[in-house]
Amino acid sequence: MATIQLKQVEKRFGEAYAVKPLDLTISDGEFIVLLGPSGCGKTTTLRMISGLETVTAGQILLDDKNVTWLHPSARDIAFVFQFYALYPHMSVRDNIAFPLKAQGETKELIDERLKLVVDLLRIGHLLNKRPGGLSGGDKQRVALARALVRRPAAFLMDEPLGALDADLRESMRAEIRELQLRLKATTVYVTHDQIEAMAMGDRIVVMSAAVVQQADTPTQVYYNPANLFVAKFIGSPGMNLVQGNYAEGIVRLPGDNQYPLPPGWQNSITRGENVILGFRPESAHVSPEGMLQGQVYATHMHGSYTMLHLNMEGDNVVHVRADRSQRYPIGANIRFDVDAQMARFFNPQNETALRQHQEQSRMTNDGLAVSNSQSSVSHSQSYE
Amino acid sequence: MASFAETGPRRPVVESIRVDKVSPGARTTGAVRAMVVVIVALIMLIPIFVMLATAFKSRPDVSASPPKVFFQPTLEGFLYLFTDRAIIAPGRMAEFQAKADAGAMGFLERLAFDTGQEITGPSAYVGRLTNSLIVAGVSTALSVLLGTLAGYAFSRFNMPGKDDLLFFILSTRMLPAVVVTIPLFLMYRQMGLYDTHLGLILLYTVFNLSFAVWLMKGFFDEIPREYEEAALVDGYSRIQTFLKIVLPQSVSGIAATTVFCLIFAWNEYAFALMMTSERARTAPPSIPSMLGRGGIEWSAIAAGSLLFLIPVVIITFALRKYLLRGVTFGAIRQ
Repeated sequence: MATIQLKQVEKRFGEAYAVKPLDLTISDGEFIVLLGPSGCGKTTTLRMISGLETVTAGQILLDDKNVTWLHPSARDIAFVFQFYALYPHMSVRDNIAFPLKAQGETKELIDERLKLVVDLLRIGHLLNKRPGGLSGGDKQRVALARALVRRPAAFLMDEPLGALDADLRESMRAEIRELQLRLKATTVYVTHDQIEAMAMGDRIVVMSAAVVQQADTPTQVYYNPANLFVAKFIGSPGMNLVQGNYAEGIVRLPGDNQYPLPPGWQNSITRGENVILGFRPESAHVSPEGMLQGQVYATHMHGSYTMLHLNMEGDNVVHVRADRSQRYPIGANIRFDVDAQMARFFNPQNETALRQHQEQSRMTNDGLAVSNSQSSVSHSQSYE
Repeated sequence: MASFAETGPRRPVVESIRVDKVSPGARTTGAVRAMVVVIVALIMLIPIFVMLATAFKSRPDVSASPPKVFFQPTLEGFLYLFTDRAIIAPGRMAEFQAKADAGAMGFLERLAFDTGQEITGPSAYVGRLTNSLIVAGVSTALSVLLGTLAGYAFSRFNMPGKDDLLFFILSTRMLPAVVVTIPLFLMYRQMGLYDTHLGLILLYTVFNLSFAVWLMKGFFDEIPREYEEAALVDGYSRIQTFLKIVLPQSVSGIAATTVFCLIFAWNEYAFALMMTSERARTAPPSIPSMLGRGGIEWSAIAAGSLLFLIPVVIITFALRKYLLRGVTFGAIRQ
């Protein structure tokens, strides 16, 4: 397995940027998820790594070897497509053996390797079938087998589970991740499904509008989003974002709500400045003495909890996770608290996250390490 | 909730392998439809039937009025088609009779003798049918080969002026063939292509190529690029990918293009009449030329047409499996 380095890689179609200059280092055995809405450049990035798309500028290094202008066949990478791309005129066996035949391997070696991956993915009973007759999950397993059989330097997967049913997707998610960990395979995985990204990735690279918004571990991306886009995009629903104004230790929010600025933020926000308060639905707690209040707008039963949609005046609707056993009539005023340590603040002008000016890292009450020295993300951030 | 078994289907089942499930109304409609199809097919087949019958009629039966439906079949028509004959001079009649009695006569010879003729040599038709085979075969192979390569390039690669090029290729078909016949004739005579196989092959290839390119491009457009991309990352070069992945999947497209090109080249009449005289003349212009020799030999014309029909029917039948099959069949979820 190998490391992959992208250095100022960019892709333009005419004047339009598909990917703006991007730096990314993927270490050996790492599972990187490229996440973003459609058209954000994640698939183009993946295709540039594979060589199926040429780069407009920049360099791609595979194990420190410059492969920027190498033909896809010369890069030693495997690609798993969303719609499997199994060759319809070949049996499953021939499909899996196809990459090995390209290398002119002996029949013995092909049979041996074939047996290994077939056992690994438990698809022995499918070998003589044509891909057309297989179920979605089996097609995806065969496609994975075809990628694995060659033992490539890296795996590139383009929404490989996008075409599967919800429950199958969940089990295949676990299957792929387990396989990746066992093989210690460097993997770049593209998806628009943030749950998939959170569940599978060692690191998530969030992209939007051809630009990397944040590249970090799922925990960091979830609890410390670099900007408003990431805050809204990650999580279902996304982070609650309420615009307010800061003065004398208090953030004034719509509906006469006042939220005392948690410790550690005083130096980040100047008096009279507009700020956006962000908090996750699970960081808010309904309580009669709560500092904030809102009117119940809708309640959604989620089984283990109830999601309250509270209107804090204007169009500021926030989601708060509440006890499922309680009843919350529509229109009632509910008071709630936001966990001081889980509150985040954003600059409404440039939409980036504000950071606490405190030099030590500390544990939040959820037991998560929050690094305070993380820099905000520019258009070409480097991760060494 | 009422189960499906209790309520039954809401609308009558129109098609099913179970006869008892199909509503009587739908069954009658189906039968009427089938009958209409059969009747229309029979009407369409009348000319073919007349041709078939005429090919096996004797000379008096051919011109009988009203036309005979039941007759004694004979191979006279084929004799007239394949041979040149002469009336046996009265003085040599005995000599032929003796040969016939001795059983030393071949089948065709005997047939000719029965109508009072002797075979003087093979007719020109055999050579012309061969010409047709050569010209149609080679030009079809060329059109399909070049059309496949060009169609693939147009389907997959970006090139400057691609749309204009495609339109130009299509525009070659907008001109009626008659318009270019005279200039082509003069050009061909100058270049020594008049009455050569090469001349006709070039002409038919050029004519079919525009069609082949467009048709093949359409078929390639239908094949998802992902197959090729998968093969490229699997370690194959572009040309290997084309041969191993794209070609096997475009068989039905190639088959369809082959049949269309072949039918055009095989049936082409106007150019063949103008651009050839003896050496390279194909079958279509030579069949009607049999009209003038010793009265109208309808049975020979019918026999010639029948033989002319057979190769196309065989090819179409042989390729029908590919013509009917879809381009892709389910390895990519559409």
